[in-house]
Amino acid sequence: MADLSVEFAGLRFKNPVTVASGTFGSGMEYEKMVDLNRLGAITTKGVSAVPWEGNPTPRVTETPSGMMNAIGLQNPGLDVFMERDLGFLSGYDVPVIVNVCGHSMEEYEEVVERLSDDDRVAMLEINVSCPNVSKGAIQFGTDAGMLGEVTKRCKLKAGSKPVIMKLTPNVTSIADMARAAEDGGADGISLINTFTAMKIDIYRKRFVLANRTGGLSGPAIHPIAVRMVYEVSHAVGIPVIGMGGIASFEDAIELMMAGATMVAVGMINFARPDATMRVIDGIEDYLVKMGIDSVRDITGIV
Amino acid sequence: MKEAAVKRIAAHVADKSMIAPGIYSMVLSCEIGSRALPGQFVLVYPRDGSHLLGRPICIADADDDSIRIVFRAAGSGTKDIAETGIGDRLFVEGPLGRGYPVSDEITGGRSIVLLGGGIGAPSLLFLAKSLRRQDPGADILAVLGYRDSSMKHFLYEDIKDTGADALIATDDGSEGIGGNVIDALKTTDRRADVIYACGPMPMLSAVKKYAKETGAKAYISLEEHMACGVGVCLGCVVKTLKKDGHSMVNNARICTEGPVFDAEDVDI
Repeated sequence: MADLSVEFAGLRFKNPVTVASGTFGSGMEYEKMVDLNRLGAITTKGVSAVPWEGNPTPRVTETPSGMMNAIGLQNPGLDVFMERDLGFLSGYDVPVIVNVCGHSMEEYEEVVERLSDDDRVAMLEINVSCPNVSKGAIQFGTDAGMLGEVTKRCKLKAGSKPVIMKLTPNVTSIADMARAAEDGGADGISLINTFTAMKIDIYRKRFVLANRTGGLSGPAIHPIAVRMVYEVSHAVGIPVIGMGGIASFEDAIELMMAGATMVAVGMINFARPDATMRVIDGIEDYLVKMGIDSVRDITGIV
Repeated sequence: MKEAAVKRIAAHVADKSMIAPGIYSMVLSCEIGSRALPGQFVLVYPRDGSHLLGRPICIADADDDSIRIVFRAAGSGTKDIAETGIGDRLFVEGPLGRGYPVSDEITGGRSIVLLGGGIGAPSLLFLAKSLRRQDPGADILAVLGYRDSSMKHFLYEDIKDTGADALIATDDGSEGIGGNVIDALKTTDRRADVIYACGPMPMLSAVKKYAKETGAKAYISLEEHMACGVGVCLGCVVKTLKKDGHSMVNNARICTEGPVFDAEDVDI
């Protein structure tokens, strides 16, 4: 048996595998297909201070080895989330990482503050990278000054909760963004969110998604995620949650070797809801086979 | 791990044929049939590994050890599914969603009208069969609309064989009654107490309007791009008139709260 436990931002997790925000809801729909207690952590879908309607449909479309989405962060708002979703998750023995979104600095601060003393929440992941909402989110994640500022302000409201900044790959230098987050006081970095992309229906002569653009995710982006996790983990001293197109344990191990302490399984959950279980089992088998005692030994090994 | 409520399973293609240009009928051997209700759907996964997501396809018929699906090979994923040979294996997940409400309270003693536009016809076949089983004397009229006669009025005979009265409408008048399904319905003297409809969105909007004008109760089956099919991704929503109890906004998930909705509840 290999040791799968990891330490991240001062907290201990039973294994390094979580899910990417927005690909798993709060686990309610998947609880019968996945043993939620086996996950290293659950990262919930982005939640804002008040309910968000999201974008018009079509919101999703498949692309080669991936998909595009422009959901627009539809969510029921923090009140319902805290009562229903966190209530549901408190019935499980799994740490919860809450993904926080907002249209403005104040909205981020409000959500962070209200979750700061909630025992059901292990860490906060700040979504400054969604490409599908017109105000907020990615605007805070593509300007190093703004990113540093939102990090600082979330940290001030977060109490003792670790704050992770989730970065967008839609920038010239993701390492610069990671440094801005670290300088702002972030306890960790997660990356990558989706790539802004576009698909056109040539027979109808129009955009496939109502939002025109959408975020590209899935196995198609995995090699880029590996490169970016490598760049970021060399640019900062804080730990990294690596994500982007993980479809197998091999993909997860690649991201860890590139520098990630934890990994998040994303889009593939939609196709194979048990993907996380196979990734966890696969990592353990790999470690045993390779004679590696602890999963912590592979982070940044290359 | 807990017993999986819905998981993908291997199904063998027991039968396959092209029943109209680009329209395929396929019988899949699997136990999904024993649990399927009319109006529910399955996700069928293309075999080509670059297509990761299942394709939502409604169940056209079911028995204890098989389901029949009828679908249009529209894109590369559904074409890949259509090319699967008899005896070959496909991965399928389901049954998913909420189907047509068919309790005796809704249908008992009432005049039932099924409206199918194009590839909306398949779910109505399963429905017509179930309604007939429920009440051998049920008064059922199916109006099936097609683009033109080249679509060979697919599934018309199957639906007629359930004992329902059936009419054909074509957009260009090349077969049956010229016009849409509502135009065709109006040519009859049938009063519609309960309408079940599946078809393209403009048709369903017209059905909603017609039901409101005539005082009929209408249940409509909606279609939308989906990723997960089980309510996680929030890709396939429809605008609702009231705030949805799950989303807390005016959006309901077609895969989970639908695909069949009371026409009065959706903003289309």
